Amino acid sequence: MVRKNTGKIKKRKKIGQVKSGTSSFARIEVRDRKGVYDAVAENLKKDIRDLGIERSVSVEYSDVYTVRGSFNHVAARRMAEEILCDMISQVYVLAFSRSKVSQKKGRHVVEVAYNPGVMDPVEASVVKAARDAGIDGICSVSTSKKYVLIGPLSGKEVRLISEKLLYNRVIQHVVDEKEGKKEPKPYEFSRVEIPLLKASDSQLKDMSVSLQLYLDLREMKAIREHFRGLGRNPTDCELETLAQTWSEHCKHKTMMGAVEMDGKTVRNLLKATIMKVTSELNRPWCVSVFKDNAGIIRFDRQHDICFKVETHNHPSALEPYGGAETGVGGVLRDPMGTGRGAKPIINTDVFCLGAPDMPASKVPKGALHPKRVMKGVVSGVRDYGNKMGIPTVNGAVCFDERYTGNPLVYCGNVGILPHKFATKKVSPGDLIVAVGGRTGRDGIHGATFSSAVLTHESETISSTAVQIGDPITEKKMLDTLLKARDQELYEAITDCGAGGFSSAVGEMAENTGAEVYLDKVPLKYAGLKPWEIWVSEAQERMVLAVKPHKLKKIMSVFSSEDVEATVIGKFTSSGKLKLYYRSHIVGDLDMSFLHDGLPRVVRKAVWKPKKQDPVKMPSVRDNYTRDLFKILASWNVCSKEWIIRQYDHEVQGGNVLKPLVGPGNDGPSDACVIKPLANSNKGIAVSSGINPRYGDIDPYWMAAGAIDEAMRQLTAVGADPGKVALLDNFCWADTEKPEHLGGLVRASRACYDVAKVYGTPFISGKDSLNNEFSTPRGIVSIPPTLLISAVGIVEDVAGTISMDVKEPGNLLYVVGTTCREMGGSQYFLARKISGGVVPKLDPRVSINIMKKLFRAISTGLVVSAHDCSEGGLAVALSEMLFAGGFGSDVCLGDAPRERNVNRDDILLFSESNSRFVLEVPRGKKTKFESAMKGLPFGFIGEVSESRYLAIRGLKGNIAVRASLDQLKKRWISPIPEVMNEES
Amino acid sequence: MKKVKALVLRTAGTNCDQETCLALRMAGAEPELIHINRLKEAKGGLNRFHILALPGGFTYGDDVASGKILANEIKSALKARIRSFISEGKLVIGICNGFQVLVKMGLLPGTRGAGKFNVESSLGLNDSGKFMARWVHLKNVHSHLGGERKKNSPLAVWTSGLPEVISLPIAHAEGKFIMRDKDTLNVLEKGEQVVLRYSDPTGTMYDGHFNPNGSENAVAGICDPTGRILGLMPHPERYVSFLQHPNWRRKSCSQEGIPPGLRLFKSGVDFARKHL
Repeated sequence: MVRKNTGKIKKRKKIGQVKSGTSSFARIEVRDRKGVYDAVAENLKKDIRDLGIERSVSVEYSDVYTVRGSFNHVAARRMAEEILCDMISQVYVLAFSRSKVSQKKGRHVVEVAYNPGVMDPVEASVVKAARDAGIDGICSVSTSKKYVLIGPLSGKEVRLISEKLLYNRVIQHVVDEKEGKKEPKPYEFSRVEIPLLKASDSQLKDMSVSLQLYLDLREMKAIREHFRGLGRNPTDCELETLAQTWSEHCKHKTMMGAVEMDGKTVRNLLKATIMKVTSELNRPWCVSVFKDNAGIIRFDRQHDICFKVETHNHPSALEPYGGAETGVGGVLRDPMGTGRGAKPIINTDVFCLGAPDMPASKVPKGALHPKRVMKGVVSGVRDYGNKMGIPTVNGAVCFDERYTGNPLVYCGNVGILPHKFATKKVSPGDLIVAVGGRTGRDGIHGATFSSAVLTHESETISSTAVQIGDPITEKKMLDTLLKARDQELYEAITDCGAGGFSSAVGEMAENTGAEVYLDKVPLKYAGLKPWEIWVSEAQERMVLAVKPHKLKKIMSVFSSEDVEATVIGKFTSSGKLKLYYRSHIVGDLDMSFLHDGLPRVVRKAVWKPKKQDPVKMPSVRDNYTRDLFKILASWNVCSKEWIIRQYDHEVQGGNVLKPLVGPGNDGPSDACVIKPLANSNKGIAVSSGINPRYGDIDPYWMAAGAIDEAMRQLTAVGADPGKVALLDNFCWADTEKPEHLGGLVRASRACYDVAKVYGTPFISGKDSLNNEFSTPRGIVSIPPTLLISAVGIVEDVAGTISMDVKEPGNLLYVVGTTCREMGGSQYFLARKISGGVVPKLDPRVSINIMKKLFRAISTGLVVSAHDCSEGGLAVALSEMLFAGGFGSDVCLGDAPRERNVNRDDILLFSESNSRFVLEVPRGKKTKFESAMKGLPFGFIGEVSESRYLAIRGLKGNIAVRASLDQLKKRWISPIPEVMNEES
Repeated sequence: MKKVKALVLRTAGTNCDQETCLALRMAGAEPELIHINRLKEAKGGLNRFHILALPGGFTYGDDVASGKILANEIKSALKARIRSFISEGKLVIGICNGFQVLVKMGLLPGTRGAGKFNVESSLGLNDSGKFMARWVHLKNVHSHLGGERKKNSPLAVWTSGLPEVISLPIAHAEGKFIMRDKDTLNVLEKGEQVVLRYSDPTGTMYDGHFNPNGSENAVAGICDPTGRILGLMPHPERYVSFLQHPNWRRKSCSQEGIPPGLRLFKSGVDFARKHL
């Protein structure tokens, strides 16, 4: 990397009187000293070029700290020199007044700060540091980032750079010279009732929108009727509680609702499909399914593991970094709030995004550029996961133009807990204890907002729904919660997720009743109304049920590590939810109405297979090397190393199969394997199956294929396909539209059909509907997208295998039949052909292959295996060989195929399910072949010393020939290149 | 046999504490995981230990600068006790964030003596501008000293059991080693305080691709002038079992003896047992 000094850097100087006097204000700017490579500034320069501004622009970057309080000038200088500035590599500028921003010609200053009410985790750390150092009089610290753009830029260009690269107005703003800090006004109580009783239907509709409740008319009417029965209007707190609890996000009205399709009505879609398979399979190792915050299965005699995947789509669309960050933070609290608390040990992350090289002109108004989204979500997952000390080891990324305005961000987590803590129980008399972060105005209406369609105005309407995370507060909370759990100091726990306290307390007290004193809740700042406190989705908070006699002890566990905990109420036996603010009652709801009062809806669904003209196959070529190159370099297939390496995948020390493998540590693993306990070789394998391109043709086969893919990946690393649990995460467009709902029904049915045969229960899941982006030119719906996450148990991790070929002389086999199934394939995408036959599968054949393969792997007959998915056999083979560093000359005609597979491109690139490429040691040939008896398999060639891949086609012709280096380069370079980095 | 007691210090954001305890235990020590608040409350606390370990993580979120806030806290609350701990010749190891803490409180490199708490170097943002997790090769500098005799340097307290080149994982955003100026960098090199350097697999090349963060002189780990205080960015506690290596399934990955991460801990623990 080239080292350059960026522009002119002034010598360290001090403005104002430093030697004596006191001040209530100090501003400290810190930047790298001359000669130190400033990575922030250098990367920004590249991004500016990316915007099409070719002129030479240099950048100076500073961190700015604004310190308030009453302190003398020596203290301010100590702040700078001992705490804020690294005196080795940085210089600082200290000022005691707000200096006028000098907008000199050719020097454009842009200073960016968080909006009021947005979490800034650094503030608390700096105040703590000042206290530790004995620097007195520091009351508050706020931070901002100052960029000086030096070069001949127009005002318009400066604005463009600011908006596209430097700040996001959802959470930040450009600092104005006159800006001061306004202390929020304390809240003065007044009881607010919403005039519902006399409201007409159309007024109800309007209210639902203007109050951001996102309830439909039928639901609004049910609430009106309920309160008419009570003879009073609901308070703001009550109406908000109902909106949160009844939101699609919390209640899953569609998946849990009745659906009419093909003249038949299903009363509860989820219970009729996904949950049904679990109850029919009745696997003894399922501990808790679809009940708790995460599904629980047995791990070993003492331990269980739990798994949950969530989506955080809408917040990530508006503010990718904060959205993804709080997505991870949120899903971590699911295992932490499962049973009496699990320790998170594995993170998974899957993104669906627009292509990062999309021309700026194609990005719809109000949407962020996909590259910015990608950088943001990766940084968000990175910062939260890494700081929590949880390895992020598994994931996937799908690219499609339709995700541009509505990207999908799936965050998942596996936790481990002693079996005895798998249950929880709330009893009347238990105290309600809130623990962790304070409550602010952040995240209000997140649960209801997730039901809204995103538009180019969403950023202005819903900015409070977006937040920034504070992982260290969550980490502290986790450390102390596990201590308190092990001492059995609490009876039940749940997380404050969507809906905040309203959902957490509402759920915990469902069978008892509760009283909550909202004025007791610790706040980040003054001025919150009672309903805001009640529904705020401020991060890093959990709720416990604590027996009064254990209160003292548990409080001391928290305080011993500086974790804030507060009694905010108690559980009762009243069957009512009562909310107080000081002495005033601000809410009084029947638990039964809250949880069961939601009117049941019957939704219509239709499914019509898309009318398709018979697909015209592309012209036949003699040689498909060029096509293979193109597919290897396509966004969906290419290496995701740029993402993977930003995640700490080895913290906790248990990772025994890394996401990237082979001598160069760059081959794509099928699944990761974690050994969670130091004294046992038992392991956990996690994988994910997703392919929205198939969903465009038929969501049924997309779902079937996603399950198969996740299972294949686990099988390929040596996990037992007989002991796998699945999660479903549906992300769909508006299911009020019958044809969208029809697709959802079909996908759910496939989940039942396939999982039943595989013997793999679903243990948890989540759905996010309404994933649409409204543009002036019409609504863009995302493709139907189902993520299947799978978790498998590995008896002995020493028996697991990786995908890189190991040794010349070994034999390569293909197991599973290749069919003429090119619909949704990467090959069709590369050759711009739509439609076609989507890959189908026979679950009986598929599970038979996987079970036999598992036995072969666990008896040492297979030394490497790779699942065959996007890009087909050609891609799977290329990846195995370039990852292992050995070549091969293979006859693909010897792989099992259906008769109509009569062209080389079909054989190379068809994405049929149930297939693997395997490497078998020469000496194990006979044993391996007898182990595979009865399955479709074929020997295709040997691993050789050569560094070439040659694939012979149906007539023995050379259909592909390329060096491993060429193949690898195509595959590795796309993302680093689009990010302006060296690969 | 004498018991070697190790204090593994943790605070908000520490996250490699469990693995570090495990590594110390496997190396024959008795580790105790202690929160800094307990240490601040107790007057003594440090005396009964032979080794102080500062594990990896993101203490206080890496806010302001990695390790800075904990360094400041330790310096404010425990300075005298740390000084007497090191004056007794006891051992200190700081890994990743722990290294950042040692550097930012001036315990390392301590070219004029660690007890002076003189800040002479820093660990800044990687040249790539981002967090990076990958395996690297490291040249064990002290094994080469003495030229023909292949004798370890007397400073090889923590690295006496290591071969010339080892591999370990790194996982950090702020690992670029920077010395105050050229002169102090020379003093550091002359004093043989550089313990580990990022290198190619043969231990002969240090630059370009092999230097993952842009560290001056490819420095990955340094010690104080006695060799008893070690700070390093790579994570030895993540390579105490061969199963942790990315390529343990390949024949090229030797699985003889014990993994280098564990060897490093063993060297330190054995030294403590013999000398303390």
